[in-house]
Amino acid sequence: MSTAPASDPFVLRRRPLQERLVDQGFQRLTVVLASLVGIVLLGILLTVAMGSREAMATFGLGFLTTSDWDPSGERYGAFTAIYGTIVTSVLSLLIAVPLGVGTAIFITENLIPLRIRLVLGVMVELLAAIPSVVLGLWAIFVMEPFLRPILGGLYTTLGWLPIFSTEPQGPGMAPAILILVVMILPIITAISRDSLQQVPPELRSAAYGVGTTRWDAILQVILPAAVSGITGGVMLALGRAMGETMAVTMIIGNSTNFSWSLLAPGNTISSMLANQFGEADGQQVSALMYAALVLMLLTLVVNVLAQWVVRRLSLKYS
Amino acid sequence: MPSATAASQSQSVCLSLENVGISYGSTEAVRGVYMEIPHGQVTAFIGPSGCGKSTVLRALNRMNDLIEGCTLRGRVLFDGQDLYARDVDPVEVRRRIGMVFQKPNPFPKSIYENIAFGARINGYRGDMDELVERSLRKAAIWDETKDKLKESGYALSGGQQQRLCIARAIAIEPEVILMDEPCSALDPISTLKIEEMMHELKKSYTIVIVTHNMQQAVRVSDMTGFFNVTANAEGDGKVGCLEEFAPTEQIFNAPNQQATLDYVSGRFG
Amino acid sequence: MNTISSAPSASQPPLAFRRSSLAYKPGLARNRWNLAFTGLATVFSIIAVLPLVLVLAYVLIRGGSLISLQLLTSLPPAPGLDGGGIGNAILGTLVVTLIASLIAIPVGVGGGIYLAEYSSSGPFAQFVRFGTNVLSGVPSIICGVFVYGLIVATRLFFDQSYSAMAGGIALSVLMLPTVIKTTDEALKLVPNELRWGAIGIGASRFVTIVRVTLPAAVSPIATGVVLAIARAAGETAPLIFTALFSPFWPEGVFNPIATMSVLIYNFAIMPYEAQIALAWAASFVLVVMILAANLFARWLGRFAQA
Repeated sequence: MSTAPASDPFVLRRRPLQERLVDQGFQRLTVVLASLVGIVLLGILLTVAMGSREAMATFGLGFLTTSDWDPSGERYGAFTAIYGTIVTSVLSLLIAVPLGVGTAIFITENLIPLRIRLVLGVMVELLAAIPSVVLGLWAIFVMEPFLRPILGGLYTTLGWLPIFSTEPQGPGMAPAILILVVMILPIITAISRDSLQQVPPELRSAAYGVGTTRWDAILQVILPAAVSGITGGVMLALGRAMGETMAVTMIIGNSTNFSWSLLAPGNTISSMLANQFGEADGQQVSALMYAALVLMLLTLVVNVLAQWVVRRLSLKYS
Repeated sequence: MPSATAASQSQSVCLSLENVGISYGSTEAVRGVYMEIPHGQVTAFIGPSGCGKSTVLRALNRMNDLIEGCTLRGRVLFDGQDLYARDVDPVEVRRRIGMVFQKPNPFPKSIYENIAFGARINGYRGDMDELVERSLRKAAIWDETKDKLKESGYALSGGQQQRLCIARAIAIEPEVILMDEPCSALDPISTLKIEEMMHELKKSYTIVIVTHNMQQAVRVSDMTGFFNVTANAEGDGKVGCLEEFAPTEQIFNAPNQQATLDYVSGRFG
Repeated sequence: MNTISSAPSASQPPLAFRRSSLAYKPGLARNRWNLAFTGLATVFSIIAVLPLVLVLAYVLIRGGSLISLQLLTSLPPAPGLDGGGIGNAILGTLVVTLIASLIAIPVGVGGGIYLAEYSSSGPFAQFVRFGTNVLSGVPSIICGVFVYGLIVATRLFFDQSYSAMAGGIALSVLMLPTVIKTTDEALKLVPNELRWGAIGIGASRFVTIVRVTLPAAVSPIATGVVLAIARAAGETAPLIFTALFSPFWPEGVFNPIATMSVLIYNFAIMPYEAQIALAWAASFVLVVMILAANLFARWLGRFAQA
């Protein structure tokens, strides 16, 4: 890339114009490409916000608290879908966090030979790679039929509880929650495993050095030191669970009628979008856009909170 | 200076190593160690890096169990009991034989909790405040910390952290304290403080210390083991061995082995 | 020699800890807890891995048994008829994923280069990094809504509504954050000495990046890109109302196109055995493709460390 002429290599001269143009042009190009992230993000927000203006004007905040969803009568309220989104994601998190963190501990601590741990770790990562729609297919034809008698048992024994008050008849919130567990487990496991592996080995020796048992060391020293990363992972998983679409849409039943029961068919914002957006027109499109805006804000808050929590907690423990 | 009489052979044996060899996977780190560490004295391990002195130290309270693929041959006897016998609980071993590590490693908890944690999991039922104060006093760090017991252990300087770790180790009243180059990360003043403390501690505990610093071995120890690196029998690698084990004064003034003389007089490698 | 004045006298107070033999006592509370927790972690890990084994088993057995050359190369049957295949969907998935890659890889690598090479943690770079994180958290269905509103509803391309192009753009929005992050992180791992070496012999910034830095980071970038492509290939939500579906062979990128993921979604809820069988077959092809891509990325990653 030498630019000096061969005749007199010691003369300092300006680099050729062409080279300087390429240099500057390339830098500008990368700036433009980088700013595309912001433009796309802004575009998403604007598209959804503009699209939802009409519904917002018509229904106002009552959209969030009413549960009518009546395209023929042009009345829309998203409470059923919002309830479904929050209940399915939070309950799936409650199940997946102990499973995921337990698995991460199992993979990082030397309870079993290294070889088996590596295989386990790879398997959990591959689970994350299976497309949502394939899990949905599996949920429809394998998981739900298997689950139905068990959920039926819940209904007959605990039917007096509002959350188990309907007879399971196939698709519903409960199978949707379980398929969400399958989907977010790999995220929680992977992030927990990374956080546990980053705990300095000195801390581990310190714990064993004062005579802790393995689980005293894990529960009282190692896990608290990894808590920032794990919390961040859990929050990311919550965001993912809220936005997860395909598997949930295929198994939740897509009912716009509100029910407290987990055994009844339900709806989430994303499943409602997947199910209705293609065939919607008129005000329904706007109402769906409004629901999409709510979903976007929910996941945005969760994700920003996740980043904030990680930064805050990691300051405390480093 | 420790007196020569302190190293008399009439002392009872605390830890006894019989033909100990340690390997990491298929790599042999150290072999053929015979050694009798006396009660109530300070024993120093010296030697060039890679000679296996830290490995042997960690074998004395089964810290090597944490390293994947680490195996031990031979026997390590503690008051006559084989530490590696099938029915021995390594957790119990570490409660009786405490350890201070090369890098200060307080828990990410308050200074108070750093001490109380070990005591609590060891089933201590007495007055915790009193135990914390007594331990911090013994480790000569009470005056610096008594007003900030609720602060994080990380808020202390490196030397203070290391003394906190010593306090943590003695809080559970072990019989033996193992120290793995406890001063290598510290400044000279902190080092001096810890050395002074060791003279006091050896009245109550048996201490085994690994050190890179020969002057430190002379200052603090009664017995010294000199570890060396030699080519292994197969000739395809190096392995550590115990070259000489004798009263410190003898190691530094009139060693039996030429290699020891070369090392302590600085004529090594 | 001075001893520490504050230290108590050498006489030990009576031991506060109960001393027992060194023998392992299984009855001890701490040992029982230890065993219980180990058992619990074992059970949890088995539960975590079980779905993978079951899903893979079903997809490989139910889908794999249907695979034939005819199935891979023919069109799906009309509802109620037997036979047919998923040839158009396989081709469609390749087309849409290719479009997405052609958009997301240059933009993402360029953005990553800006973050790692040109920006020195200024406010704009902070914003881009934050935006990347936010974008990667945006639900995939929202990407679909975005592209629907931007391209499909406005008939932006030649007055066409649903199109392979729209689907590809929606997928590229999903891939973008992964590619940026991977590039940014991979470039940051390149030692600065390498950059200084090139700049020191008079290379321009552009030449340094293109000839020295980027080649040094190519393997981790490739790993991330392959993973992003694999993820995009299996995505459904952004395609349902952008690429839509088509029972025919692809007719150019500005028309609706069939993809395997949308085929699985559409056919799984149909009441016809033939369609459901095709959904399983498409799952098999998709899962095999994605797992192969993942194993390839893993292999690339190992290559990077060597």
